Amino acid sequence: MNAPVQTAEAREIALAGMGASRLRKEDARFIQGKGNYVDDIKMPGMLHMDIVRAPVAHARIKKINKEAALAMPGVHAVLTADDLKPLKLHWMPTLAGDVAAVLADEKVHFQMQEVAIVIADDRYIAADAVEAVEVEYEELPVVIDPYDALKPDAPVLREDLAGKTSGAHGPREHHNHIFTWEAGDKAAADAAFANAPVKVSQHMYYPRVHPCPLETCGCVASFDPIKGDLTAYITSQAPHVVRTVVSMLSGIPESKVRIVSPDIGGGFGNKVGIYPGYVCAIVASIVLGRPVKWVEDRVENISTTAFARDYHMDGELAATPDGKIIGMRVNVVADHGAFDACADPTKFPAGLFHICSGSYDIPAAHCSVKGVYTNKAPGGVAYRCSFRVTEAVYLIERMVDVLAQKLGMDKATIREKNFIKKEQFPYTSAFGFEYDSGDYHMALKKVLDAVDYPALRAEQAAKRADPNSPTLMGIGLVTFTEVVGAGPSKMCDILGVGMFDSCEIRIHPTGSAIARMGTITQGQGHQTTYAQIIATELGIPSEVIQVEEGDTSTAPYGLGTYGSRSTPVAGAAIALAARKIHAKARKIAAHMLEVSENDLDWEVDRFKVKGDDSKFKTMADIAWQSYHQPPAGMEPGLEAVHYYDPPNFTYPFGIYLCVVDIDRATGETKVRRFYALDDCGTRINPMIIDGQIHGGLTEGFAVAMGQQMPFDAQGNLLGNTLMDYFLPTAVETPKWETDHTVTPSPHHPIGAKGVAESPHVGSIPTFTAAVVDAFAHVGVTHLDMPHTSFRVWKSLKEHNLAL
Amino acid sequence: MAKKLINVTVNGKQQEKAVEPRTLLIHFLREELNLTGAHIGCETSHCGACTVDIDGRSVKSCTHLAVQCDGSEVLTVEGLANKGVLHAVQEGFYQEHGLQCGFCTPGMLMRAYRFLQENPNPTEAEIRMGMSGNLCRCTGYQNIVKAVQYAAKKLQEQATATA
Repeated sequence: MNAPVQTAEAREIALAGMGASRLRKEDARFIQGKGNYVDDIKMPGMLHMDIVRAPVAHARIKKINKEAALAMPGVHAVLTADDLKPLKLHWMPTLAGDVAAVLADEKVHFQMQEVAIVIADDRYIAADAVEAVEVEYEELPVVIDPYDALKPDAPVLREDLAGKTSGAHGPREHHNHIFTWEAGDKAAADAAFANAPVKVSQHMYYPRVHPCPLETCGCVASFDPIKGDLTAYITSQAPHVVRTVVSMLSGIPESKVRIVSPDIGGGFGNKVGIYPGYVCAIVASIVLGRPVKWVEDRVENISTTAFARDYHMDGELAATPDGKIIGMRVNVVADHGAFDACADPTKFPAGLFHICSGSYDIPAAHCSVKGVYTNKAPGGVAYRCSFRVTEAVYLIERMVDVLAQKLGMDKATIREKNFIKKEQFPYTSAFGFEYDSGDYHMALKKVLDAVDYPALRAEQAAKRADPNSPTLMGIGLVTFTEVVGAGPSKMCDILGVGMFDSCEIRIHPTGSAIARMGTITQGQGHQTTYAQIIATELGIPSEVIQVEEGDTSTAPYGLGTYGSRSTPVAGAAIALAARKIHAKARKIAAHMLEVSENDLDWEVDRFKVKGDDSKFKTMADIAWQSYHQPPAGMEPGLEAVHYYDPPNFTYPFGIYLCVVDIDRATGETKVRRFYALDDCGTRINPMIIDGQIHGGLTEGFAVAMGQQMPFDAQGNLLGNTLMDYFLPTAVETPKWETDHTVTPSPHHPIGAKGVAESPHVGSIPTFTAAVVDAFAHVGVTHLDMPHTSFRVWKSLKEHNLAL
Repeated sequence: MAKKLINVTVNGKQQEKAVEPRTLLIHFLREELNLTGAHIGCETSHCGACTVDIDGRSVKSCTHLAVQCDGSEVLTVEGLANKGVLHAVQEGFYQEHGLQCGFCTPGMLMRAYRFLQENPNPTEAEIRMGMSGNLCRCTGYQNIVKAVQYAAKKLQEQATATA
């Protein structure tokens, strides 16, 4: 019997497929305290690990005395680099082609570096024992500034690299130099500058910041000495890559290593890397034959695991007198800390920084990035952005404003004049990126109309004319383009593994389904949105589609979730796996209805015989048939796997406008209005998109207005707790207005481009632009972040604007 | 270390346990009682992921000793729903997409639960201030505000219905 007749429209709504603001499937467990995060995992016989860390930033280790710690009741082991040496595990390879110390080997390179581990019955005893480990240090001169690091007589930081004149990314020109990476055409850019009537340049520093997810990093490792199996629950955004690395490091076959990323309390790039803590917990479990848990505390998290940014940038633009940009040059000195542990595709040591020509048609461009060692923690991850795209967008958006101010042009007008035009897509930039689609002019007009831009400028002019105005008003406008969805394997790999992603879909006999993915959600809502893609593709209600990720023993291999790659890469894998199933289902339906495949139409959730609505088979009917009585010669079952290697990146874009009012007495900056228009192509779940944008804007607000990791000359990190490191509360956080246009990606199976990082990438330069714009009438072209009240107040004083 | 016997009612159930005097309440709840809803985010009382309710007050359990709870009534997120029916704040967070990674959520819910008893009819500014001891890295708070507003309305409707 067929179900009661429902209109196609009603059936489509019932699926809750793409476009529906479906409530989240993952919420039920989280709102009842039933999430399962790494620190929630308990295993029989589990021990606890804690880490002895260096109090100084650069020193030789003279002696480590474990005796007092080992004598404490409940302490099982104290391990140092010397203990790991026979296993060849005292150093490990980084994703960037360097090596990093697992435990400091004769020398410490940054404050809080891992020097020894202690394993004990519980975390209290472990913490006591850490205090009892005595380490004697001989302090060495510390280098904090990357420019100082490159001076001829600078201290040698990496003695292990002595004599190595080339690294993973080409020649090394100095003992503290890692690489120099270039993109674009230097000769063409130099020629554009040689003849340019207008030139501007600006130095800017993008501070070292930390992604600081609310859950810190951690691991529960369990080695079974009888079976030789290793299971590790890890806070990882890329569990499959971790499995490969753990297998390579330990020599345990990959088939005997199981990595599980359970629920993750936010990642934002912090959980891409493979940290000494994970490796040590695994080693400890192997050595002791018992499960070992390690969870870092907040100070350890901010101090040691994966900082972001720390780019010292010099930008230059060449232009015509009427504001057409004809050339761009960029030079960056990148502080990578003690080990080059950036998480970038192998061929790109500065990530995708060469997206720095932005949304503009710039005919000639060149950039050069120099990576440098200093006595700071390693990292250089993409903090809620695609690889170094935040730095790139900040640079170009700041430079366009600098040029506009030099020419006395309006900041919207100069952008309209230089935008890549709709008809130019697909557009190849001077750096070689092929932008897939966009309509920047239309999006900009939508925002300017929505906020009544001329009225805002008029209000600003009136305020500037009034010497008694208690506030300065600034308007920040940013028109950004990202490059996400890494990436095509011909360009992008991690440790040699192409940056594809994967999906396996299995339809059960009764018509429900399970999808297993190579990605891992950290709050993005994959269990909800991925099901929606399948619902639309296969006509199965999203409610009965389970999505599983994060367990390498069950999920197909994938490169994980970061760089806004889940929807652009894994989302495409879902659609294409579903389409394989759809093709088989069509054959089964034709067999069941006794017609040829060509006589069938697909409508929402069923194949129906052309011209006869009463003859149809739903996907549930077909699923049953596929297990029960498939057509002769056809394999039973209804499932498919797809590994998707994207042909190109995707290029989401957005237009953000921010209005700030700066108190001339205190320097306090109030965000009066923030209007964010995003174009992420096809929209899968508008509710989740809005949520992602709110979150990204708030993280951008934090970076621009308060986050920094300040170091003193001795290499002490002065802000590594939440007392010092700025995470905004509900009180400081502005209210966000969101809007969108939809320009689908032409090369993506469902046209989706990825969204969650755009608001972080786009908002940071918008806040800076707004603050600088408040000072533009007195000739200020740039102010470095963070725009704290004190720093803004100092600018007010400097320009005689303070009340 | 010598242990001290404490009597504490957690989610309506009386618990008599011997604990080290230095045991933090969050560890007592998570490791002794296996109530892993409340989380540790900062160890310095800033993030609020560990918020629970003790004798009618919101308390950050990462900087509170278990022995301080001797004789107290503690409510955690696991005790918020009543016989399978979600509390209004839980429903509000679900309906208004007030959570993403879920790590701050148990603390947020426990704070919202107490805040709406302190101020049943709050303005948006009062919600933002009342919830400001709890940090969220994912949502940007906008939907958390909406979730608390949803819960306030629902609780008022429930109060009216029972009056």
